[in-house]
Amino acid sequence: MSAKIVTITSGKGGVGKTTAVANIAVALATNGAKVCCIDGDIGLRNLDVIMGLENRIVYDIVDVIEGRCRLRQAMIRDKRLPELFLIPAAQTRDKTAVSPSDMVRLADELRGEVDWVLIDSPAGIERGFRNTIAPADDILIITNPEVSAVRDADRVIGLIEAEEKNKPSLIINRINPVMIKAHDMLSAEDVLDLLAIPLIGIVPEDENVIVSANRGSPIVLNSKSIAGMAFRNIAQRLEGQEVPYLDLDNHGGLWNRIQRIAGKN
Amino acid sequence: MAACGTESNGLLERTRMGNLIDRVSGRKRSAISAKERLQLVLIHDRTDLTQTALEELKDDLIAVIARHVDIDPDAVRINVERNGREQRLVADIPLKGVTHHRGG
Repeated sequence: MSAKIVTITSGKGGVGKTTAVANIAVALATNGAKVCCIDGDIGLRNLDVIMGLENRIVYDIVDVIEGRCRLRQAMIRDKRLPELFLIPAAQTRDKTAVSPSDMVRLADELRGEVDWVLIDSPAGIERGFRNTIAPADDILIITNPEVSAVRDADRVIGLIEAEEKNKPSLIINRINPVMIKAHDMLSAEDVLDLLAIPLIGIVPEDENVIVSANRGSPIVLNSKSIAGMAFRNIAQRLEGQEVPYLDLDNHGGLWNRIQRIAGKN
Repeated sequence: MAACGTESNGLLERTRMGNLIDRVSGRKRSAISAKERLQLVLIHDRTDLTQTALEELKDDLIAVIARHVDIDPDAVRINVERNGREQRLVADIPLKGVTHHRGG
């Protein structure tokens, strides 16, 4: 077993990093893979509540790094999927408690344990971001079709290019087809054209995302949700499958147009 | 302003459509403003090249070239063009026609 380490990052906060990590992890684990998520946002722990595992935490990432527990002890088993685990962030420490080389060591130890390691990055481009980027084999950039989120995503892509990492892939989250049709929201093609990196997913805005966060039950577990379907598709693309993009505007042309633009990059 | 030479057809189509909507509503649709503004902001963020720096560069370039050939400084255009994640500085410098002296 040699896990692939995937980090999800965005620059800007509140665009859906934690939701994406939880949902892609659940989707991969549902497909039969052994998955471990790491909450890299030290001091602002959140992945545990999104996954509904907040009451099971005993040890956290800083406990592992500082040797107060073994790796296995800090891996909280999901209550629904026995092959899904979470290593929570420390809540009472800050990002300086962990260094990029600590993260590389931790991820390398996990490589032998699971198929996938998904790392949730904090907002910003400082130490916490560097910590989560350091061990990544692949990086997913998540953004919203908003000027501030796209600008920050571009900055983060530039920093990742400078680190000579693999070229990151893009998730465009919270697409609202009605606003796009009214020319009041950047379309997925606009965002893709501006950021010019390969696409891996388009997730429509879906109020069920808030409902599932309230319940601590990731939306991919809801078979009727379109956002859930979009996250399941991202998981399949990560596994190397070719999955067509959802037709969000019911016009049938979106996929063709995206393919045309994606082909240019 | 720095123009982007390699726009996607998508934007052009949308801009044309947007222009139509603008004419009807008298207001530019916000998605088009967003994309145009982002195109300029991203070029600046990626290259760290401000409009002022670009103007200075243009003046220096004109001075150097004018030492060798005859040019019209007002006709010189310098733009940053975008192709994917690559930015390219493109200079368009028309040369003045040489006045040929005819033998009498």
